[in-house]
Amino acid sequence: MSRLRHTAVFAWVLAIVIGISACSGSTSAVDAHGSEARHIAGLWWLMFGLAVGVYVVVGGFIIVAALRGRRGTPRRSRISQNMFITVGGVLVPALILLVLAVVTVTTTGALRKAGNNPVRIEVTGERWWWTVRYPDRQIVTANELHIPVGQPVAIGLESDNVVHSFWVPELAGKVDTIPGQRNVLRFTAEKAGTYLGVCAEFCGIQHAHMGFRVIAQSAGAFERWTTAHAEPPREPTSELAADGALRFQRLPCAGCHTVRGSQAHGTVGPDLTDFGSRATIGAGAVENDPSNLARWVRHAQSIKPGALMPNLTLSDDDVRALVSYLESLR
Amino acid sequence: MATTQIRPASEELEELEEVWEDDPGIPGFFSTVDHKRIGKRYIYTCFIFFFVGGLIALAMRVQLATPNSTFLSADSYNELFTVHGTTMIFLFNTPVLAGFGNYLLPMMIGTRDMAFPRLNAFSYWVFVFAGIFFFSSFLIGSPPDGGWFAYTPLTTKPFSPGFNLDFWGLGVAFVGISTTVGAINFIVTTFKLRAPGMSLNRLPVYVWSMLVFSFMVIFAVPAVTVAAGLLELDRIFGTAFFAPGAGGSTLLYQHLFWFWGHPEVYILFVPATGMISMIIPVFSRRPIAGYLWIVTALVAIGFMSFGVWVHHMFATGMPALALSFFAAVSLLIAVPSGVQFFAWIATMWHGAVRFTTPMLFAIGFLLIFLLGGITGVMVAVLPFDWQATDSYFIVAHFHYVLNGAVVFPIFGALYFWLPKITGRMLNERLGRVSFWTMFVGFNVTFFPMHILGFLGMPRRVYTYSSGLGWDTLNLLISVGAFVFALGVLLTLINFVVSQRRGERAPDNPWNADSLEWATTSPPPDFNFEAIPVVASRHPLWDQQPLPVADSGPDDATQGFGFAGAHDHTTPITGGLRSVPEGTMRIPEPTVLPCVLAFGLAVFVVGLLAQALIVGVAGLVIGAVGLVWWAWRTGEH
Amino acid sequence: MTVTAPTMTETVVVAPPQARTRGRSIGWWGMVVLIATEATIFIALLSTYFFLRASSPTWPPDGIKPPDLGNIAIFSVVLIGSSIPIFWAEAGNRSGDQRRLRAGLLLGFLMGASFLAYQGYEYSHLDFRWTDNAYSSIFYATTGLHGLHVLVGLLMSLVVQAKAWSRKLSADHHVSMEVFSLYWHFVDGVWLFVFTSLYLTAHLR
Repeated sequence: MSRLRHTAVFAWVLAIVIGISACSGSTSAVDAHGSEARHIAGLWWLMFGLAVGVYVVVGGFIIVAALRGRRGTPRRSRISQNMFITVGGVLVPALILLVLAVVTVTTTGALRKAGNNPVRIEVTGERWWWTVRYPDRQIVTANELHIPVGQPVAIGLESDNVVHSFWVPELAGKVDTIPGQRNVLRFTAEKAGTYLGVCAEFCGIQHAHMGFRVIAQSAGAFERWTTAHAEPPREPTSELAADGALRFQRLPCAGCHTVRGSQAHGTVGPDLTDFGSRATIGAGAVENDPSNLARWVRHAQSIKPGALMPNLTLSDDDVRALVSYLESLR
Repeated sequence: MATTQIRPASEELEELEEVWEDDPGIPGFFSTVDHKRIGKRYIYTCFIFFFVGGLIALAMRVQLATPNSTFLSADSYNELFTVHGTTMIFLFNTPVLAGFGNYLLPMMIGTRDMAFPRLNAFSYWVFVFAGIFFFSSFLIGSPPDGGWFAYTPLTTKPFSPGFNLDFWGLGVAFVGISTTVGAINFIVTTFKLRAPGMSLNRLPVYVWSMLVFSFMVIFAVPAVTVAAGLLELDRIFGTAFFAPGAGGSTLLYQHLFWFWGHPEVYILFVPATGMISMIIPVFSRRPIAGYLWIVTALVAIGFMSFGVWVHHMFATGMPALALSFFAAVSLLIAVPSGVQFFAWIATMWHGAVRFTTPMLFAIGFLLIFLLGGITGVMVAVLPFDWQATDSYFIVAHFHYVLNGAVVFPIFGALYFWLPKITGRMLNERLGRVSFWTMFVGFNVTFFPMHILGFLGMPRRVYTYSSGLGWDTLNLLISVGAFVFALGVLLTLINFVVSQRRGERAPDNPWNADSLEWATTSPPPDFNFEAIPVVASRHPLWDQQPLPVADSGPDDATQGFGFAGAHDHTTPITGGLRSVPEGTMRIPEPTVLPCVLAFGLAVFVVGLLAQALIVGVAGLVIGAVGLVWWAWRTGEH
Repeated sequence: MTVTAPTMTETVVVAPPQARTRGRSIGWWGMVVLIATEATIFIALLSTYFFLRASSPTWPPDGIKPPDLGNIAIFSVVLIGSSIPIFWAEAGNRSGDQRRLRAGLLLGFLMGASFLAYQGYEYSHLDFRWTDNAYSSIFYATTGLHGLHVLVGLLMSLVVQAKAWSRKLSADHHVSMEVFSLYWHFVDGVWLFVFTSLYLTAHLR
């Protein structure tokens, strides 16, 4: 049955090739750029090595065992039944498990520890987006977190609705947001960049579109961002945008959304104070550009069906002005 | 002593058939209490649910084959993945293993039916009514959509106002009655109806596995019944168990659910390994290696599986110390699985393997479970699980163990035991093609999911954006799913065709060792005219000709021979060594189990619709059935 | 070891085994296993009670007073005590004393029924509804499920009493009495745990 052997080899090559492709990609957990993700990635490669070893050896035993007696009579062997079971089934697994137990304890001990003077962020899971607040700096935004590289962050995670889960694989493992309970995720970003996150606990109809971004910046860039965001946005520079600001107050928008420095104080939907600087609309549903925004403002349901933002009856003028206003909010 | 076939002489056979046969037609259909008919019915019904659940999976994979697909809407997809998971666990995997147990267990222990034949019928009717109830949700356009574990608060009324989740909660609680009652039956049957001489250390490994299965069900199912029950109380009556604002707890639901949920996966895995432990020795032409090791491992798994449930909650923010305990036990539980694994390897190593279709499925199982077990150990490592849980990595892991390591043994069992059950051999060539198609399709479908998990794809998403590196893998997975489905279809075709044109099966086509192979294929209604007297773990290999006991004069031995079969009885034995104790009358066919199950179903519908009259009517029907049944139960 | 055997089984008829044993009936074993699973349901509910309690700053919450112990203590004695006439009745059946059987069953029934009646009275006098909060919900759910078990037990008792009065029961025909007794003792035993957890410990601070 060398066909069996050929198939096994082929399968292995395929697996390794596919496996290598896991190393790239914009949200790869083994492409670790945060302290926690790095520890876990290291742990992963150790386990991967052990796994390959175990699979090759034990898989080999399976194949050989199956083929040994194919001529119809069993062949003698120096490996007794008991030896198979005690060594293969008890001793070797126990050894491997002991190694893993030790690594589990040491890795866990190194993670999620209280850091020195961490940047405090409060994230709340909503349906289906994320409120992001910096309690020390009076900043409220949505779906994007800015953090400094090299400094510990402590992200408080809450929900007042259903269970969500905050997961940015390149930086850290996930932590659930559980109604009635406050959890904390602690890690340090180790490289500047924009990291994509997702909601990782099924939370209803638009669980698939509950992405967020974590933008890790140098300490200086982070300070500049926090300073700029603590101030309310400047007055709209264009007439169209100013017109949009007025329509925003008059139309249902202000009833659900807040734009600091204006009369809009709604808290049902995300804070839009820095909306123009965000990369996506609808927590990752579509790219943030004027044409998508026009579609969203009018027919959010066609982009993110089930979202709590209703379709609105708006005139073309309304839409043009609102788009200009919203894109100007930075 | 005359040497006779186990086939009785034709006059005797006629007399016995008259005593044992069911009523014909529809009355007979609803009144049978014969474990073989019930077992077959379970298996056929479960496979219908398997095909439905599988078609649902194919629809899901069409949706996920390309980014931003509009093949399915968000809520349709969410309904489908919920129904897929719930169906596969509650309406396929668990009951099909109970169904095989129903058919095989009494035959393997050398008796004529289960200890509680009417209860057996009842467990089937509850299962079928629960399945119908669950799927009737589609008729009103409200299938459940909260995921197969239905976490609160998402599944509480404020966030899931429709009937959808009530079909889930009431359905789960309802079907749990079937599983529980079946477990009671398996335990008592194994304790009290074994053939004489079948001491506990001569029990076939499959019977041990069903015993462990049953005890696990007894202690685990109550937790999910309470979880679903309290959820339904919150939904229907407005109680506050899971309302965070009124003192309720979100984590409470998760603890209750997973306290059952983890043992449940071993409830599935253990009987599957029991089947493997029957198949591998036969096709290695030698007894299983390390019988005592295997039995100990099964019992150890049974106990340990109750100590790991929190590993499904590693990301919930519980203190690391508590989580570490559960990580440790989750690692440890790999050891008994490893023991079984090497016992199977040792059996093949010291034997001479014949590559029949059942054996191919067994070897396929070994290669698949090896990987699934390895990834299981990985996710037991707490910090790694923080990345892997709720991603496609975990989807890969649990499909390797719940599809591969349970479904492959089930298919092996089909090819192995269907000749006994139906009297027809399945086609070997088609069986091999089916196996290879399933094996390749399975791996192409589920292996890449590990990688998707690493690339950050979470589970339960109805679509994804392009540009994340997920596109090609998803397409590959979807193709693989169709290949796997094709493999399954080939077995279905094999079955259908072989029922008409398959070679007639002899008593023991595989030269196997356990007692079910001593009967004709298919067996007569009474299984054994005379009960075998067992003196070995492998009666058909060691005891030739097979001794069968004649009826004796006293109550304890009346049941053994022709007289016992003629009186519609089976012997009761007891003690570790299985020594004669008495004789059990097997009840006549009756519709009362169906009536009671129907009454319960009506009651459940009444709860769903919040219609008092319907609920009361159901209780009344059920009570009438139950009281009448109790009244007619004999007193000896 | 190679095995060769014909594919049609050859058998030889032998005399049945000599040894005998006398164990518990099939019905008894079935009820024991059923009790194991029902007990687990109550364990799950009591665990829920303590879990909710541990998660709550005050218990009972919202100004609810811990349950009053006076009358319930008396009726607890009545319920748990009802095991005695049932035990007595079963012994009577085993020794052939039909009058003891019937009297014991009736007395046990009346004691159980009076407990259930008191429970209904208690429910109507509680100052919280089961929808108020998690405490009230788990209180009603646990005591209510137990009450349902008592009710089922009373129905069982009626069936067994009907059999007793129809002369279907005797020392040789005792399975339903055995099975009912086991169930009844179980229900009484569960009450001990429910009473201790929900009533007694609520007064501990």
